[in-house]
Amino acid sequence: MNEVSRITAADQTAGPARKSRAALLWLILPMAALGLAIVWLVVTNPLQRFGNGAPPVETLTFERTILSDDGIRVLVRAGGSEPMTIAQVQVDDAYWQFTQDPPGPISRGSTAWIHLPFPWVLGEAHAINIVTNTGATFEHEIAVAVPTPAHNATSLLSQALLGVFVGFVPVTIGMMFYPALRGVGRDGMDFLLALTVGLLAFLLVDATAEAFELAGEAAAIFQGQAMVWLAAAASFLLLMAVGRRQGAPSGVALATFIALGIGLHNLGEGLAIGAAFAAGAAGLGSFLVLGFMAHNITEGIGISAPLLKKRPALWIFAALALLAGGPAVVGLWIGSLAYAPQWSALALAVGAGAILQVIVEVAAYLMRSDGRGTTALLAPATIAGLTTGVAFMYGTAMLVKV
Amino acid sequence: MTKWGPFEITRRGLLWGGVSAAGGSVICASGSSLAQSDYSAGHSAHTAASPLLGHGSAHGAMITVGDVDEARNGFETAKLLTEWDTGTVSRLPDGRNLRTFEVEAIDREIEIAPGIMFPAWTYNGRVPGPSLRATEGDRLRIVFRNLGSHPHSMHFHGIHAARMDGVPGAGLIDPGDEFVYEFDARPFGCHLYHCHALPLKRHIQKGMYGLFVIDPDPARHPELTDIARSRLLGTPENAEWQEFAMVMNGFDTNFDNENEVYAVNTVAHAYMKRPIRIVRDRPVRIYLANIVEFDPINSFHLHGNFFDYFDQGTTLAPTLKTVDLITQCQAQRGIIEFSFKDHEPGLYMFHPHQSEFTELGWSGMFDVVEAIA
Ligand SMILES: [Cu+2]
Repeated sequence: MNEVSRITAADQTAGPARKSRAALLWLILPMAALGLAIVWLVVTNPLQRFGNGAPPVETLTFERTILSDDGIRVLVRAGGSEPMTIAQVQVDDAYWQFTQDPPGPISRGSTAWIHLPFPWVLGEAHAINIVTNTGATFEHEIAVAVPTPAHNATSLLSQALLGVFVGFVPVTIGMMFYPALRGVGRDGMDFLLALTVGLLAFLLVDATAEAFELAGEAAAIFQGQAMVWLAAAASFLLLMAVGRRQGAPSGVALATFIALGIGLHNLGEGLAIGAAFAAGAAGLGSFLVLGFMAHNITEGIGISAPLLKKRPALWIFAALALLAGGPAVVGLWIGSLAYAPQWSALALAVGAGAILQVIVEVAAYLMRSDGRGTTALLAPATIAGLTTGVAFMYGTAMLVKV
Repeated sequence: MTKWGPFEITRRGLLWGGVSAAGGSVICASGSSLAQSDYSAGHSAHTAASPLLGHGSAHGAMITVGDVDEARNGFETAKLLTEWDTGTVSRLPDGRNLRTFEVEAIDREIEIAPGIMFPAWTYNGRVPGPSLRATEGDRLRIVFRNLGSHPHSMHFHGIHAARMDGVPGAGLIDPGDEFVYEFDARPFGCHLYHCHALPLKRHIQKGMYGLFVIDPDPARHPELTDIARSRLLGTPENAEWQEFAMVMNGFDTNFDNENEVYAVNTVAHAYMKRPIRIVRDRPVRIYLANIVEFDPINSFHLHGNFFDYFDQGTTLAPTLKTVDLITQCQAQRGIIEFSFKDHEPGLYMFHPHQSEFTELGWSGMFDVVEAIA
């Protein structure tokens, strides 16, 4: 170290210039090597040896389906090794006239709308089968044909209203238990915190499973599985780092993280409901709304649990409710306007990472809140809370599944 | 009925409601749930769209989009109907005709529907292969050269020796080789030839088949000379007839053992888009064969008319009289005869009565006119 500084001091004029030149050289050299490698690849084309006359690999993913008075529209994304050409389209095993926008071959990763003036039948199933120029076929099932709602201010407003009902309202109702919960003793506290962990654990499993399912539907180019893992891990680590800047979070900070985790999950739920709107909202009944509401009331109780020993201002509760419930509205809008499975998967994965962070923090809080450490995790009240949390979430989730 | 945003929630909806939000992409209703509530409204709404579908042919919007590049294909679908390969004829020492055909197996990518390319194996570069036509009693010599990438053969539905059968060990040849099939033309009728290399299904489905018609020799059928003469290509009686070669086929483009394209003479909807012109007063004769793979049965149905049918074409009297639908099993074939002379001019459809085949390309029209200008 001394050696270096002495040399630098001795050669003060030429030193920095030579050093930067040397640095530049070490930047240019690998770049040049890369350039040469590319030139060699292009000139000699060693991949040609592997070419065996096989047709190009083709994949086509259906991202959106819109049913209206003038027929069916589907948005497809190409994921082939080369640009793909749609030659013909069958609907229910019949060749049907169609128009493509934009026309021509669809390059890797890009999308095109296919419009079919097909007289679809309300409430019945239809199958769309796209035939490419190589004869490969890609099928898409419309399970129940219903008109896709058009978007306008009114529909966006009513979606927002629905979002408020499935997100904000139940979280607020859950928080209204706050005064009643304040009087609970140590066991009650253990129970409530464990209940929070339980419900979050359910959401973690649920969100992850859904994220993977949606990732499976997305175009291969998005590498759904890897994307879900990476997004979840990244959001988990990021939130852990942010949350631990001032030591382990507790009180309002911990409640905020719980609200954020739940909010991200509600964003994913909103996307799913929004996608249901986009798909024509077949069967989007009151049970769905009621189910989500019951489901999310528990989330409100979970958010208030770390606040029981404090007495935060009312606006903090409002802000927390908004943070946890508000994203449902945003999710609904995005889901209905620009639905694509990969974006829903991404949102759910980020939410899963956030939920995992909250689970870790709530468990840590539970352990240190009265200095019992890991024994607190095995206390009867904790186990009861965990079980109740998971069971309640499982039970209410049944209401929103077919 | 409660309005929930853009949705109407009915009692039914409440009872059946529920949705798989889990799947996220497409929501499948259990039963019909909410859909029922606005059934009538939705139905009338989309029925109103139907007139939009009315343009174009009798198929409306249910048709392939675009046109096939026939120059690239190397054959014209319209000409497949009337092109007969009668070979080259010479005289044998015993006074009989020696009829020599030349057939080559060629790998060729063909367009079977607009934009859909199919890597076919062909006879003489076309699918179906040339419609070979001979006269009962001719000595036939078929010089077959395999220019393709796989072993192939020609198996004729006719009477011949085992050595000429076109099965492995009897005329199945490797790429680059040549074989000469030789046998007498009998019995008269509407026959078929196809490749009998294994796997059989693949070689047939790839396009290796064609019509093999043997016209009756009037001299051998003294009691029905006139009918025999009307079948014999080249006679004035035959010239009166409008004869068409039709091979019902299909193509599995994605190797799932189901056909994505059905057709008569290969190109989906070809005769739908360009109807077959027929003159009203002249009788029509169709040499029809079914070579479709994967589906055991095909059929032929004519609109606005009835016809006589000669199963396998091996009789001079119809085997079925006054029918408008015949069915053919795989490799079954026959002759259809009808006339539109008492009809008004116009477009008359023909198609199989398997709706699925019709909708996947196998349908066409006769354009009945007073006279060809
Ligand atoms: Cu063959």
